[in-house]
Amino acid sequence: MTVPSSVTQASTERVTARRRRLGRFTRRDIVILSILLAIPVLFDLSLIWATTAASIGLSFSNYNGVTAIQWIGGRNYEQIFTIYEPFWRAVRNNLLWLGVLGLIGTPLGLFFAVLLDKKIRFTRFYQGLFYMPVVLSLAVVGFIAQLIYSRDYGVLNSLLGRADHPTDWLGDPSINIWAILAAVVWRHTGYVMILYLAGLKAVDPALKEAAVIDGANERQTFFRVVFPTLRPINIIVLVITVIEALRAFDIVYAVNSGRNGLELLSVLVTQNIVGEASRIGFGSAIAVILLATSLGFVIVYLTQIIREDRQ
Amino acid sequence: MNKSLPHQLPLMSRRSLLRGAVVGASAFAVPAALAACGSSSSGGSSGGSGTVNKNVSFGSNYSDAVPKKALGDVMAKFQTDKGFTVAVNTVDHNSFQENITRYLKGSPDDVFTWFAGYRMQYFAAQGLATPIDDVWQSIGSNYSDAFAKASTGQDGKKYFVPFYNYPWALFYRKSVWQAKGYQIPKTVDELKTLCAKMQADGLSPIGFADKDGWPAMGTFDQINMRMNGYDFHVNLMAGKQSWTDPKVKNVFSLWSSLLPYHQKGALGLTWQEAAQSLAAKKSGMYLLGSFVAQQFSATDLPDLDFFAFPQIDAQYGTDAVEAPIDGFMISKKAKNVAGAKELLKFLGSTDAQNIYLKTDPSDVGANSKVDTSAYNAIQKKSAEFIGAAKQISQFLDRDANPTFASTVAIPALQQFLNKPNDIDGLLKNMDAQAKTIYAGG
Amino acid sequence: MSGTATAVPPAAKAAERPPARTNRRPVRPARIVLYTFLTVAALGWLAPLLFAVYASLRPYQETAKYGYLSLPRHLSLHYYSEAWTSAEMGKYFRNTLYIAVPAVLLTLFFASFVAFALSRYKIPGRKTLLVMFTAGNLLPPQVMVTPLYTVYTKIHLPYFMSSSGTLYDSYLGVIAIHVAFQTGFCVFVLYNYMRTIPHELTEAAIVDGASAWRQYWQVIMPLTRPALGALGTLEFTWIYNDFLWALVLMSSGDKLPVTSALNNLRGEFFTDYNLLAAGSVLVALPTLIVFFALQKQFVSGLTLGANKG
Repeated sequence: MTVPSSVTQASTERVTARRRRLGRFTRRDIVILSILLAIPVLFDLSLIWATTAASIGLSFSNYNGVTAIQWIGGRNYEQIFTIYEPFWRAVRNNLLWLGVLGLIGTPLGLFFAVLLDKKIRFTRFYQGLFYMPVVLSLAVVGFIAQLIYSRDYGVLNSLLGRADHPTDWLGDPSINIWAILAAVVWRHTGYVMILYLAGLKAVDPALKEAAVIDGANERQTFFRVVFPTLRPINIIVLVITVIEALRAFDIVYAVNSGRNGLELLSVLVTQNIVGEASRIGFGSAIAVILLATSLGFVIVYLTQIIREDRQ
Repeated sequence: MNKSLPHQLPLMSRRSLLRGAVVGASAFAVPAALAACGSSSSGGSSGGSGTVNKNVSFGSNYSDAVPKKALGDVMAKFQTDKGFTVAVNTVDHNSFQENITRYLKGSPDDVFTWFAGYRMQYFAAQGLATPIDDVWQSIGSNYSDAFAKASTGQDGKKYFVPFYNYPWALFYRKSVWQAKGYQIPKTVDELKTLCAKMQADGLSPIGFADKDGWPAMGTFDQINMRMNGYDFHVNLMAGKQSWTDPKVKNVFSLWSSLLPYHQKGALGLTWQEAAQSLAAKKSGMYLLGSFVAQQFSATDLPDLDFFAFPQIDAQYGTDAVEAPIDGFMISKKAKNVAGAKELLKFLGSTDAQNIYLKTDPSDVGANSKVDTSAYNAIQKKSAEFIGAAKQISQFLDRDANPTFASTVAIPALQQFLNKPNDIDGLLKNMDAQAKTIYAGG
Repeated sequence: MSGTATAVPPAAKAAERPPARTNRRPVRPARIVLYTFLTVAALGWLAPLLFAVYASLRPYQETAKYGYLSLPRHLSLHYYSEAWTSAEMGKYFRNTLYIAVPAVLLTLFFASFVAFALSRYKIPGRKTLLVMFTAGNLLPPQVMVTPLYTVYTKIHLPYFMSSSGTLYDSYLGVIAIHVAFQTGFCVFVLYNYMRTIPHELTEAAIVDGASAWRQYWQVIMPLTRPALGALGTLEFTWIYNDFLWALVLMSSGDKLPVTSALNNLRGEFFTDYNLLAAGSVLVALPTLIVFFALQKQFVSGLTLGANKG
């Protein structure tokens, strides 16, 4: 996407611009800039990056939060991969999560955004309704899941009229993940919709008008003209979808603490580190695995930022 | 820090306490004049008149409205009788449990609520609790040997004061059983016959719910103790017995023969939903703690009764009763140990437990001298039931290492309920994980 | 639709196109299908929430007997008053404000300044900084828990800053991690937003001899208002709904935010789910109110990286 011929020219311009601007800083400017940059940078480095690095270290220990740290090499990792039953189920569920969000949740959000971008009445009202699930907290979503899916008292089984052979939406480990994923899509769609709405509003209407004049129908206009201009936002939505799928946590935690078919990596980390178990070295090792997976996607995200930055 | 604003003075003493050795006489070195300023700050501030500091902080997980109020009444009595000020720090029971290690290592209150059994011994062994043998010298006569044993750490010292407990048993509705002419089963074979009969009568024989993971532990404990005895239960939980022992496999085999009589869809049900089935006369009986009574309306409550899980091996009969004990401990970092011990002496007294039990309909006082005249039928029977027990177990998640209970036992039991056929693979995996966890990592 | 009084950068201007002229168009069948679809979908989206509200108006005994999808026999607001008093929600709402308000304001302040500096000046290492902030927001938060807890217990604070004497169990500690964690996302969004503001504007200010602070505060910030509104809404929602940090970095029940207070409605054994529903609805209200209050700025402000290059 770069334009090679202009690169060298632009960079020389930048160098002179930089000299010019830095030269204009007064001493007071430099003090203010350094202080106000240093504070957030220090916060970020010490609270986010240093603690993450420390956890990577802890993942090679059997630290239990109280007694002295003993280094045990890669034993935690070995156990996670061999005898820790829930791990592989969690990996599978995280992947399912990613697939469903990517193939259903995100496209649905885009679809709603396109519809709401059609200069319709009450658009803000519709936006509000679709967005509502996003602002709900863990407790609300957990309760709603119980309300809808409860085998004996739930709304869904009553609606389906299956009082005689009720489906065990939350208890049957072969279907509960799908029931939960439906709720996740419910929540994710509004988020994606809002992001795309913002992107669509920024698309120059002249582009669309030109395409219509050229005889393109609505679908062609969207896929050939509008969608490609959304590329930056597509990348962001993609990364957000991936991160949401990897970080997914609260809904299963609210439903059954992430057990019996609803295991997720972040929940396993929480059960081991945060809970009474206090198996910190082991939990950190799961977290490091999660971290390593996230990093792949983080890199995609960052190359996009850097590339955009060059434009 | 030269300013001598009065409200900063308690802070100084508090900070120096935090840094210093914390316990003992240093806590009382603060001049009495400062005490007046300290009472408004959060618990643990120094103060005092004479020899004992009268400010005690108390970390409570009694977050439900009724127990919270009942505990408040107990504290009020302590304050008026002994002239103490108790700063109660209530955290909901779930967060309290999840945070326990960070809490005890961070800035814990002097006294805190906790559970008996290995779950207590574990934290005592980590050096996070203060031994209280001197407290037991004054309250010991109030408790039976079983309670004294349940309050003792692995090092032989006492760390715990029991407050109340509640039994696990098979609960049923008298009216249903009378109408159908059911008899209380004495052996597990009679139980199976009864279950078959109930099924023929259109009832779901044994109510069951395990969405939250812990209720199935109760069933495992009952079968294990009837089959292999109390000592085996304790050793297995303490990591001294292998999970691949054939005795454990027998427990699961027997359980799987009972599974067809269990309520369907248990993994999607909360215990409340299963209790509703019992109340609605859809289930014939329900293996749970006596807190099941909380799901019964006042009119239905007199119809509720229970019996012990029947005998499996005559050698062990129905000797062991599972009756988890809730009580109190003193943290290692307590700032006012002397005051905390006074509070524990009071909480172990007949007086304190009488006040508490007035407002709680399903628990039984741990103190053997409590006034039982105000008990309802379930409480009276519970007290007799526990009193007659030869051994009292706590519960799987209280008798076992907390890490093992929460990260291994719950998923394993749920897996068993889903696939009751692969017992060998399951036990092999449990054993491998238990070995590393009990070895400390 | 009245435009906001402030100048809006070109990217956002497109969003402010008045829809008035479309109103007079004749209604086509396609429109009817569209409206029908949107209405049905919106109702489907709303239904679970409506059921939650419906459940909160009915006694537990009733729904436990007849199921949630049944006709009401009793309806009352009783659970709302009970949830409010028995969970002491007023107190916990106040605690949440102590955490969320400073955290959102500080996050927006630091992030906007960082974004301003990175987008306006060729500061050495600016790409590294941008990457550091953005990637930091993508790390799983559970990774940080244990080291953070350990560090917090070792940092002593005077009493007026923390009644526990350490950063652990203090509002400051929880605010600090929120600010550190959320700044990354905000820097990223604001950086992209500020890049769409023409350089000429700051150049003119520089010619007038404006200091860096004045360029930030008087030139850039007013133009960034829509983005700040959008981020404010998102950040408020996230920080408000968080329970992890408060759970692991606090030990005093009296200081916990309202999300944790809801747990007080969950009994040790018995939970009245309908009471919990009422409490949950009460807890959800502030985020809904904030969203609807700032909705107008929300979409126009969230133009993220969608610049036309």
